[in-house]
Amino acid sequence: MDKDTPRNHHDLGGVSKFMCEAVDTTPHALTDFDKQVDAIRGILGAKGIMTVDELRRGIEAIPEAEYHRLSYYRRWVRSMADILLQKGVVTEAELRAALEAG
Amino acid sequence: MFAPGATVRVKNDWPETRGPVHVRTPHYLRGMQGTVVRHLGSFRNPEDLAFARPAPLRDLYHVRFAQPAVWQEGCSGDELQVEIYEHWLEPA
Repeated sequence: MDKDTPRNHHDLGGVSKFMCEAVDTTPHALTDFDKQVDAIRGILGAKGIMTVDELRRGIEAIPEAEYHRLSYYRRWVRSMADILLQKGVVTEAELRAALEAG
Repeated sequence: MFAPGATVRVKNDWPETRGPVHVRTPHYLRGMQGTVVRHLGSFRNPEDLAFARPAPLRDLYHVRFAQPAVWQEGCSGDELQVEIYEHWLEPA
């Protein structure tokens, strides 16, 4: 039975709409994108720019609809971008320019 | 510190309503009464680490709850064991 609480959307335990869904346990290969995201996360940690604790907080802060739409590593990259913008490591203009440059 | 066997209550607190937070205490346990099973150690408070703030050490416990009281389903004897930090617990 769902409790009527002001829970955050990622706090899914015991919420009936997420229960009794079969978990896909089929092994799958990591894509190049997945590996690149993991590598960037590793570099940010090694250089002391951002921790996994902050990464997790950033993932939890992704708006609900997007959170459920994004793949595992897309959540990571979204969190990393948000955190680096918040900390002023990169500016929105720099990020936009880099994305447009491909 | 809580001793194994101590009866505790999870604080019925909702920091989510006060701004951006990172909380490890599941929503469905807030206000619930449980029993301390064991002390697991002391760890930097993840609620602070998540925001790259200075993080004091906090005691972490395994706390056991009767499942029917949590979710209004299951049989008597069904239990739920969750890791909860001391600052979320109060004596009950």
